[in-house]
Amino acid sequence: MINAIGRDIPEYIDGFGPVRPFRGAFAAVPDPAAYAPPLKATKPGHRKLVSTLEDLFKHLRIESGMTLSFHHHLRNGDAVPNLVLDTAAKLGLRDLSISLTGVFAVHAPLIEHIKNGVVTSLRSSGLYGPLAAAVSGGLLAKPVLLHSHGGRPRALKSGELKVDIAFIAAPAADSSGNISGLVGPAACGSLGYAFSDADRAKAVVAVTDNLVDYPLIPASITQNKVDYVVRVDSIGDPKGIVSGTTRITKDPVGLNIAETAARVIEASGLLKDGFSFQTGAGGASLATAHYVSRMMEKNKIAGSFALGGVTGYLVDMLEKGLFKALYDVQSFDLESVQSLGRNQNHIEVSADLYANPFNAGSLVNNLDVVILGATEIDTDFNVNVITGSDGVIMGASGGHPDTAAGAKMTVIVTNLLRSRQSIVVDRVITATTPGETVDVLVTEYGLAVNPARPDLKERFADAGLNVRDIHELKRLARNMAGRPAKIEPGGRIVALVEYRDGTIIDVVRAESR
Amino acid sequence: MDIRRSMLYVPGNNPGMLQTGGLFGADVVVLDLEDAVAPPEKDAARDLVSRALRVVDYGRAETCVRINSLDTYAGQDLPAIVPCRPDLVILPKANCAADIRRLAQLLDRLEEPDQKPIGIMAIIESPQGLAEVYDIARSHKRLAGLLLGAEDYTAMVGSLRTKAGGEIAVARSLLTNAAAAAGLQSFDAVFTDANDEDGLSKDTLLSKHLGFSGKAAVNPRQVKTINELFNPSAEEIAFAQRVLKALRQAEKEGSGVASISGKMIDAPVARRAGRILHLAKTLGLVKGEEE
Repeated sequence: MINAIGRDIPEYIDGFGPVRPFRGAFAAVPDPAAYAPPLKATKPGHRKLVSTLEDLFKHLRIESGMTLSFHHHLRNGDAVPNLVLDTAAKLGLRDLSISLTGVFAVHAPLIEHIKNGVVTSLRSSGLYGPLAAAVSGGLLAKPVLLHSHGGRPRALKSGELKVDIAFIAAPAADSSGNISGLVGPAACGSLGYAFSDADRAKAVVAVTDNLVDYPLIPASITQNKVDYVVRVDSIGDPKGIVSGTTRITKDPVGLNIAETAARVIEASGLLKDGFSFQTGAGGASLATAHYVSRMMEKNKIAGSFALGGVTGYLVDMLEKGLFKALYDVQSFDLESVQSLGRNQNHIEVSADLYANPFNAGSLVNNLDVVILGATEIDTDFNVNVITGSDGVIMGASGGHPDTAAGAKMTVIVTNLLRSRQSIVVDRVITATTPGETVDVLVTEYGLAVNPARPDLKERFADAGLNVRDIHELKRLARNMAGRPAKIEPGGRIVALVEYRDGTIIDVVRAESR
Repeated sequence: MDIRRSMLYVPGNNPGMLQTGGLFGADVVVLDLEDAVAPPEKDAARDLVSRALRVVDYGRAETCVRINSLDTYAGQDLPAIVPCRPDLVILPKANCAADIRRLAQLLDRLEEPDQKPIGIMAIIESPQGLAEVYDIARSHKRLAGLLLGAEDYTAMVGSLRTKAGGEIAVARSLLTNAAAAAGLQSFDAVFTDANDEDGLSKDTLLSKHLGFSGKAAVNPRQVKTINELFNPSAEEIAFAQRVLKALRQAEKEGSGVASISGKMIDAPVARRAGRILHLAKTLGLVKGEEE
């Protein structure tokens, strides 16, 4: 069947089941029946501390066929999924389903576990590294489900994703199961992606290399939600977890795009007292924050809040008083980890509060402006952030569709040409964020405005910005780069792209050779 | 006279930068075949630059190629470049008037009959070139401007190149003087530390105050600062407006002499005011009726 953005999606997909097609960014209504895990009683004197993962598997009676979940706050330094799955393999478990909120190169050992049948199903917000390429090549028989950061807590609450055991990598924990990401050798700051797991999994395990005296203060996940605490030598390599300092780009083209994006924000009329803002940690996004910051200082604008993956740059803006609050679902660098610990206006938030479309109102709905990237954008403003121009998975939905849906203005910043390829195309290979939620595209060759927003187009033209039609940008790029050979992956479905409301917006197919 | 506040050098062997060179607001984009390109890469760069001149839209910027010096690869550069019709070529290591005339002859021979004559800019970067700068300035009608090449010049003189630039003070003044005497534009040397924004601002203001028409840039990030500082300031524009108003008033009253605050406006002041307002109008800094 054809969904609302013209994608042909099967009604039933093997290894997944019946498919609800995407009908529009705000069309879906939730099934009112929420899921909750069984209640449990814990008596005084109960000991939660377990000395090895093997013992834990026995205590919890972890079996073949179960669903295990993990967060990705330790990013490319994460050791926990590998430790847990090595144990599962050793104990002869098979057919496990894994929900890991983000997959990085460090998770490459999963490939062997999949080949050996230990793992047969995978969900994530996106895939980077060797596993991404392997999945694109058809490693798993069941298609991988790619969800947004807001879509995952929705699935946990609705019961579409039922987790048996949540393994929470804990940079610090005490023997009763209080957990914090602020301190320890693997400190990562916010644990926002793990909160819903702590609430909805049937059993919750803290995996830590930093057991502290009771009570751990402050704790971001508390002992009433945690069944067991396991001590391991190391939960991760700090080098892969946080970077020292995230710096803005020096690339003149990136700076040119960022400056235009900042002028777009100024011209939109949204940059005034009470302004709220989200931007990524990538070079051009961060540079946009830099220019916005200068405009706010110059015009003495007192903003409301900044949101999202947090970097030292946003911390600086908070400390300069440019924002009242910083909502942090994921801390990217050391500055943000430290700030989260010391500044009470820097607030750790769950993925549910951040971006879930099916609750009483998530923070993305309060955003004025979000700055986002793209691997491709088509002339209908649909955006791809999951596959490259070759159709191979190399990225993540993350909060992209969530913030685009929530913000008053969604701005995509990207080079028009990247490695001799036009980023503006007739039709994105994989749609992750629907064009109806995208307002502006900013490139080094000028900007294009979604025809649904004539108000913005007029404001930008009045401000003297170089506004062009998106088709014109596409032609400009083609004139320089030529027309690329068409990639039409026609093999079997290797991944489903789930929209934040649980419908399927697109599928990723293996390349047919 | 053409507005040339900033001249951005783009390495001729870098496809990405050749493609994006027109995006930063430089008045002149200089596709460089000389210092940016090592000898083994000269052929490839020549191909890339001619291709860029034919395909890439440099928008409002004038296109310019810095060819190699006459005693090295200029003879190979020109037949490849001239048919691509750049607005200007830059001749490095201009040592005497004969160099300019030789280049002009080569251009005469290579240009199509219908082709707009390519202008010449000469880089003065040797003690001999500086000693002969006035002769060079008057050498040929194709010559549009003089540039100072401070790095080579200081190396050959044996002086220490500093950010403050005391060692090139005389060279700068000789060059702007020769250019002014011959009715040419003059362009100051690049400020090489692309990460020192303050230093660039100071150096550019100095260029402007010494009378240069513009300044060369080695990094796209320098263009905005150079353009902004070479734009006429609000005070300069206001003064120029007062000068022209007083002149009009004097003309209306049939008086031969105009003055502002009791000071007579002489011809050079009037010309300067006209130039500033022309620049301001072309750059959109004043609207037509404000004149």
